[in-house]
Amino acid sequence: MTAPVASPSATGRYEAVIGIEIHVQLRTRSKMFCGCSTDFQAAPPNSHTCPICLGMPGTLPVANRLAVEHVLATGLALEAEIVPVTRWDRKNYFYPDLPKGYQISQYDLPLTQNGRLTFDTSEGPFTVGIRRAHLEEDTARLLHMTGDSGDRASLVDFNRSGVALMEIVTEPDLRTAEQARRYAEELRLLLLTIGASEAALESGQMRVEANISLRPIGAQAFGTRVEVKNMNSFRSVERAIGHEIERQAGVLSNGGDVIQETRGWDENRAATYTMRLKEDSQDYRYFPEPDLPPLKADPAWLDEIRARQPELPAARRARYRAELGLSAYDANVIVGDLKATRVFEGALAAESALPAKRVANWVTGEYLRLAKGSDAIDALEPAELGRLLRLVDEGTLSGTSAKEVFARIFAGERTAAVVEELGLAQISDGGALETAVDEVLAANPAAVEDIRAGKAQAIGFLVGQVMKQTRGRANAAMVRELIRSRLDAAPPAATAPRRPKGTPEASG
Amino acid sequence: MTAGQDPAITRLRAHEMAAGLREGRFTALALLEAHLELIRDENRVLHAWSSVDEDGARQAAVAADRQLSKEGGRAIQGPAALPPLLGIPVALKDLVVTRGQPSTAGSRILKGFLSPYDAHIAERLREAGAVVVGKTNMDEFAMGSSTEHSAWGPTANPWALDRVPGGSSGGSAAAVAAFHVPLAIGTDTGGSIRQPAALTGTVGMKPTYGRVSRYGIIAFASSLDQVGPFGRDVRDAAMLLGVVAGRDEHDSTSAPMQVPDYAAELPADDDEAAASVKGLRLGLPREYFVPGMEPGVEARIREAVGALEAAGAEIVELSLPHSEYGLATYYIIAPAEASANLARYDGIRYGQSVRGEDVLGNYLATRGSGFGAEVKRRVMLGTYALSAGYYDAYYLKAQKVRTLLKRDFDLAFKQVDALIAPTSPTVAFPLGARLADPVAMYLSDVCTLPVNMAGLPGISVPCGLSEGLPVGLQFIGRAWDESRLFGLGRAYEAITASAEWRSLEPTDLPALSDPSAPAPAERLAAARA
Ligand SMILES: [Zn+2]
Repeated sequence: MTAPVASPSATGRYEAVIGIEIHVQLRTRSKMFCGCSTDFQAAPPNSHTCPICLGMPGTLPVANRLAVEHVLATGLALEAEIVPVTRWDRKNYFYPDLPKGYQISQYDLPLTQNGRLTFDTSEGPFTVGIRRAHLEEDTARLLHMTGDSGDRASLVDFNRSGVALMEIVTEPDLRTAEQARRYAEELRLLLLTIGASEAALESGQMRVEANISLRPIGAQAFGTRVEVKNMNSFRSVERAIGHEIERQAGVLSNGGDVIQETRGWDENRAATYTMRLKEDSQDYRYFPEPDLPPLKADPAWLDEIRARQPELPAARRARYRAELGLSAYDANVIVGDLKATRVFEGALAAESALPAKRVANWVTGEYLRLAKGSDAIDALEPAELGRLLRLVDEGTLSGTSAKEVFARIFAGERTAAVVEELGLAQISDGGALETAVDEVLAANPAAVEDIRAGKAQAIGFLVGQVMKQTRGRANAAMVRELIRSRLDAAPPAATAPRRPKGTPEASG
Repeated sequence: MTAGQDPAITRLRAHEMAAGLREGRFTALALLEAHLELIRDENRVLHAWSSVDEDGARQAAVAADRQLSKEGGRAIQGPAALPPLLGIPVALKDLVVTRGQPSTAGSRILKGFLSPYDAHIAERLREAGAVVVGKTNMDEFAMGSSTEHSAWGPTANPWALDRVPGGSSGGSAAAVAAFHVPLAIGTDTGGSIRQPAALTGTVGMKPTYGRVSRYGIIAFASSLDQVGPFGRDVRDAAMLLGVVAGRDEHDSTSAPMQVPDYAAELPADDDEAAASVKGLRLGLPREYFVPGMEPGVEARIREAVGALEAAGAEIVELSLPHSEYGLATYYIIAPAEASANLARYDGIRYGQSVRGEDVLGNYLATRGSGFGAEVKRRVMLGTYALSAGYYDAYYLKAQKVRTLLKRDFDLAFKQVDALIAPTSPTVAFPLGARLADPVAMYLSDVCTLPVNMAGLPGISVPCGLSEGLPVGLQFIGRAWDESRLFGLGRAYEAITASAEWRSLEPTDLPALSDPSAPAPAERLAAARA
């Protein structure tokens, strides 16, 4: 069955109301309520389990303090209220991936609530309200398979069971698919920045769900809500939501009713499909978890977390623009990539006299080109980039040579060693340059004539010849200056190749 | 009887056994074998045990003897350095998990389940040198007051084999009363230690919530469950609690508080013990003398109160006005927590598993056949109380009433040092008598469950007989005030040291080894027919 597609005019009659729920696995060494290691990505099934995360009789949970800290740090970063005393609740339902038959979560008293996050969109900055962020535990993973005899079986891998999860829920403030994607991207950047999560969508460390409803433009009441899941990349978040808005607009403009349901995004078909109808939704019978004492976020602990908090992306972008004079584009690109930020900050810290803009150009240009566009492993020591750019600034290294050196320091080498090894130090020595220039002038009388005849662009050709002869090491500005002065100083007839002086010069 | 075993050693108190072992009067192995022999001969008729680990117990006894003889060789160092329970047989209620051993919690759904880990208290007992003999029968998942709700059949009361031993820790109580072990562990969620202690003439203590780790205790109602000791006298119970109490990192609700040496605090001398009540203010809560209380029970309690008063205690009549709501609120909160705690028994990872058509079918078949009627009743009660639309009226309301019950106690303890009350309104009732009427069964715990709701410690000590059956006297204390309760129990023992009933053994002990005597399950079947 194909969904009715709305005409652009139909979509235009409605306003989309979108709220996002995001689950992220928190970056902790051990699980939420037991000591099992969370480093199970490459481990065999059920190898990272213990009586607690298997829900054995008699076991009890002990809360992971670091996980709580990550949620508090997230709350602070989202300018949210931190609830001083909260508690855990049991969310009851039966499923084979839930070993205790309940999930320890937080129901009506989340650790943090009423925050906000501002991000850029193509239509300017947008602020979304954050309703809450709370802690819970992850479920096991189910693997469905068909046996040799054709019988179907479900296998349960409890490695993921009990991993610390944070759920972050927005207010229904978002109106476009792009805003939703940008929110998810900005939240991920924030979580990476504070170290709360690795937040990789592809591996399921970050799971995005969208609640989408449409209402006629100008209406106040919300329309019927559809939940969309299974969006495994930022691109699919935007595509799935965009598709769902169109689908609902089509239904409504054809006089139909949107059904309250959960739909999955099928990336290959580029369509959503019905996963579960509202009638199947359950009563989770939440009640306070008696096995855990109340969760207290005392002010001293919060102060400690606040003091440790790194500069957040929004503040960093603002500082780059206001204090370092970076363009909005450069600030966004650098802040949007934690590694680029680290390189930028590190290079500047090592060589504080460098113009920030020049460093930014290198980071957004050469660095990101190699880091994202090649298979080379990023082992760059940021200070080495600083040293490299200083050599360029001092005129010791030409721009061309600098790129050659950068490729090597990107792989982990030291600037000084590479420059030394390749003998790349720029020739700024007057004598050596004069020799090279004189040779080139002698070898290119036609170009010399052209210049004398007023064709100034021929100077470029001669500079290029000098660079070629010196394998790029000549200081181009000095060469240009030398050529000018030679042609001004001597009549052509008098020009004769000079004997090279005894300047040591690498040859061949 | 096997040669070389002295049946009299099973009659000793645990602290006397400890002294005998240290003095070399008998070995831990001989002590164990004497108990094992009783168990072998009598468990068919008593049915206090659901599993006995003879091999494991022998290994522990042999290890204890090795340590005893080694330490004995260095006599000068004295026995004080030895762990307190070295060589002493101890029973565990069948919901304390031990590695590689069965722990069924009295339920078919855990038939064949072998725990992959040890309960915290099992580790503590082992470190203290105890010889864990096996697991004792209980009401399924501790839901009951008679041990009749065990999937493995009921337990008999050694005082009258056609009567219940109380519950849910009825197996532990009966085993201690019948000299099958000197010490046993029970759990008490609404009276499950104190009520069977009362009905079997033993001492049982429910400590303050958080005093003993619940890690490895198969849960019934997490905010009410608490582990505690059974013994044949107060000193023994104090000794056992001293070993298992204390903070455990695996139980976030266990308290990081110092644990006194309860047994060492108790006066050895009877006169000194009796004198310790002088000047103490003891509250007598009006509401605990409930309608339906047996006159013989009330008489024994009034006599005990009189004896304490005569010894110098000041008795203060007072009111705990919200007591009448205790039962109703308990039967909201406990089943609500149980409905979640028992959700893990789904047949997927362990225990009984019955296949159905699909996932739901597996659940229905496994849980439908694995749980008994009382468990199902409480899971349904709890599920209902937590359901959308009912939560506020039931669960939330019950929590508010719980706060009021606590406040009653707080106010009382501003006036008095401890409360004194009956443990159970009746003596042991006949097998089958209350099975058809759940509410009558629930009323067995009317004097004990408010104490769990308030998280307070309570102890039951024998205070004589009514119609030839034991009556229990309950002392209730402030939070963390177990020492005072042991002291009061010990004082009461001293005051009544010469009472005739103190010298009596359970009436039906001789019938336990009678090959023609029926098993409790047969008696129950006959009673119901
Ligand atoms: Zn684990």
